[in-house]
Amino acid sequence: MLREIGVRSIDDLFAPIPPDAQVKGGLNIPRQMAESEILDYFRQRASENALGYSSFLGAGAYNHYRPVVIDSLISRGEFFTAYTPYQPEISQGTLQSIFEFQTMICELTGMEVANASMYDGSTAATESVMMADRITGRTGAVVARSVHPEYREVLATYAKNQGMSIAEVGYQENGRADLSELEEAITDKTSCVLIQSPNFFGTLEDVAAVADIAHKKGALLVVAIAEAVSLGIVRPPVEADVVAMEAQSFGVPVGFGGPYAGVIATKEKFVRQIPGRLVGETVDRQGRRGFVLTLSTREQHIRREKATSNICTNQALIALMATIFMTVYGREGIRELAQQNLAKAAYAAEEFGRKGKVLFSGAPRFNEFVVQTKEEPRAINDRLLERKIVGGFPLKKFYPELGNAALWCCTELTTRAAIDAAAKEVA
Amino acid sequence: MSDRDIKKATTQVNQNEGLIMEKSSPGKKGYKLPPLDVPAVNISKMLGDLERRDDIAAELPEVSEIEIIRHFTRISTWNYAVDYGMYPLGSCTMKYNARINEVVARLDGLAGAHPYQPEKLSQGAMKILQLLSECLIEITGMDAITLQPAAGAHGELTGVLLVRAYLESQGNPRKKILIPDSAHGTNPATAAIAGYAVENLKSNQKGMIDLNALEKQVTEDIAALMLTNPSTIGVYESDIHHIAGILHRKGALLYMDGANMNALCGKTQPGKNGVDVMHLNLHKTFSTPHGGGGPGSGPVACKKILEPFLPTPVVIEKSDGTLGFDYNRPKSIGRVRAFYGNFGMHVRALAYILANGPDGLRQTTEDAVLNANYIRKKLEGIYELPYKTQTLHEVVFNDRIQQRKGVKTGDIAKRLIDYGFHSYTVSFPLIVPGALMIEPTESESKEELDLFIDAMKAIAKEAEDEPDTVLNAPHTTRISRLDEVRAARQPILRWKKQAKYAAE
Repeated sequence: MLREIGVRSIDDLFAPIPPDAQVKGGLNIPRQMAESEILDYFRQRASENALGYSSFLGAGAYNHYRPVVIDSLISRGEFFTAYTPYQPEISQGTLQSIFEFQTMICELTGMEVANASMYDGSTAATESVMMADRITGRTGAVVARSVHPEYREVLATYAKNQGMSIAEVGYQENGRADLSELEEAITDKTSCVLIQSPNFFGTLEDVAAVADIAHKKGALLVVAIAEAVSLGIVRPPVEADVVAMEAQSFGVPVGFGGPYAGVIATKEKFVRQIPGRLVGETVDRQGRRGFVLTLSTREQHIRREKATSNICTNQALIALMATIFMTVYGREGIRELAQQNLAKAAYAAEEFGRKGKVLFSGAPRFNEFVVQTKEEPRAINDRLLERKIVGGFPLKKFYPELGNAALWCCTELTTRAAIDAAAKEVA
Repeated sequence: MSDRDIKKATTQVNQNEGLIMEKSSPGKKGYKLPPLDVPAVNISKMLGDLERRDDIAAELPEVSEIEIIRHFTRISTWNYAVDYGMYPLGSCTMKYNARINEVVARLDGLAGAHPYQPEKLSQGAMKILQLLSECLIEITGMDAITLQPAAGAHGELTGVLLVRAYLESQGNPRKKILIPDSAHGTNPATAAIAGYAVENLKSNQKGMIDLNALEKQVTEDIAALMLTNPSTIGVYESDIHHIAGILHRKGALLYMDGANMNALCGKTQPGKNGVDVMHLNLHKTFSTPHGGGGPGSGPVACKKILEPFLPTPVVIEKSDGTLGFDYNRPKSIGRVRAFYGNFGMHVRALAYILANGPDGLRQTTEDAVLNANYIRKKLEGIYELPYKTQTLHEVVFNDRIQQRKGVKTGDIAKRLIDYGFHSYTVSFPLIVPGALMIEPTESESKEELDLFIDAMKAIAKEAEDEPDTVLNAPHTTRISRLDEVRAARQPILRWKKQAKYAAE
């Protein structure tokens, strides 16, 4: 090949890199390993992590059962080794699956359109606020403190350089966003109100009431959803203008925090302000149904600095996991699954409430709840670890005002035995 | 056209398949939950008005397990993939996705690790983050890194925010970012989101940065130059040292878009050549699968001066020798994503690095550059090469010769499908009108490259002799060219149940 190219050595091909800028003697990284050694390295690392524990952690990453057909199907090279479907004639598999994803997300959220996915829930929430700014021509959001703290941190990072002011409002005794504080915080510069439901404490917000307040003052309502399984049994936030959802609960491994898939769903009238990829239906030259990426004049590769967002990718393979998950459970299954989550958490809250104090009991919740204890949550958790249980998420870092409090989560995978064992140590 | 020219592709039976929602009928089930081991609850009592009632039930499909398997298997066969053959999308680095990477990413202790599980039970995951960080710092020649950004464009934003925070700490964040006209669209979009105005920088006749123009354009208003190196036409900026010098003398920084790092990995370290901050695309250079459009991962490596501003948290070694997350970083730009980034992609990228080692990474780069230059040599003249400058990992032709018969780059790309290949990148970069941007990567054998070259030659001949064959391509796919105008004018973005009732 070198001869055919007309050079003497491979070095000739790298002549544009000045010799003194070239690496001498090889990089200082581990030596090349055989496949068996690589497997062994990662098995060792995996064994240094929690293995075989029952876990009560949720807080934005939920441990639901993943039907085995998910990995079986997404492991097809046609799905995972394909690129973005820019050539629709040879990408219909990806395109149709995204169209199905958009359809099911609309069904679940009660919205009219959904995009092909975002990086995750935190960036979906942030981009939703930026979208509200574009729609309203205002620049500022009122954000409930009961929104996931890390989502709020991401929003703050993006907001800082866009002249966007963020006002945070507290929560009431029942764990819901404080409506009067919220009403007061909305000004004629507020583009939207951002709440989460179920919120970070697991409490269901009164979405309709918040929507009323926001809309009366000309602001939009963005509802973030971190626990998507809740939609199987909880009324969707139809009063919202934008729904920013994390789809991790739908068949995506908790995976130490990623990759996940965010989604933005909204009303049809806002579709041209939605960031990210969209798949639409059309026909080919013979009139047969097919799917394409569409409305791309919103996007960076066309609009450059005037684009709705700098986002280029979506999370197609993760969205596919979610699509398969939603298909496996279906209309009835998603409800039954959500019911089990609700029942497990209700049982656990009652058991934990015998010795600890379950906060925010004045409003309905889904599968998470906050328990306040006399003892430090970390001390309780240390004892639980000895029984192979990972306890609730200590809240002191984000909500110091709650004292010794932790956020506990139960899913369909949480056994009664684990709940009973944990309840004994909570005091 | 003669079928003999089409060596790689053949026809096969392809299955028709509707939408999964159209296969639904009440009562079919693909799931089974275990019996509830706690008392059932009265839902309406618990949720009241907030219960999702039947009149707004989520109309998800009801299908059996085999229908699910067949549905997704059938539609998958309508995709082209790296597993089928060469996928020469320029700037996308469509290399082989090793199966070991998939296996290790799915190990229970890794895929099942909760991001908030106690640090002492996350040591394995943190060691992976640490080793990957060390490797990427060495590969880039930088001092520090964050793995948090979820994709390349997300990395760009993180990098530009680091620049901004640094300059702010020096007293003035400045107003503009310089971006060459050959850049990816994400660069200007990113600069805008980071609160900067974009100033365009024209390339010279070689497709490179014009040092004189740069010298004039760099003022005290410029925060940074976002430079893709090698550029989108595959040309290495040999003067990168001088470029950095010009910027640094005016107090501006050099950002490098690492999209094309597959041309440099193991051969040169950008950090040692004046680059202050850069992102990597793990889904390009480090073989994590593209997945039909994500997930990606876009770590950002930087010099010491930018380290205090990296997103929180960072992995540190604690006094007891174990690893932990450090959240106490007062100068940090904050978070760009919840948790720690796309960890599953970090695992795969590290597996790739370990499978290669120092020699393997260098050879990978050499093979990628060799393959691209082989294609360039074999197709030059058959397709016009607008920039004669020596190129590394990709080559950009234009369609000027074929345009004489009305055949454009988009048509040639469609015809390539009939020959059993995915298209190259069409109409990008913008500085090359009618561009054909080809990046073979190291994964392709000489045999596959020769098939590709033969196909491109055959298409050039068709464009000359029977242009309609090319203009109406593809001919062998399940569906023909799609009406994109209609899709945008009357957007149908979801399936609706009413449509089904109407049809029945």
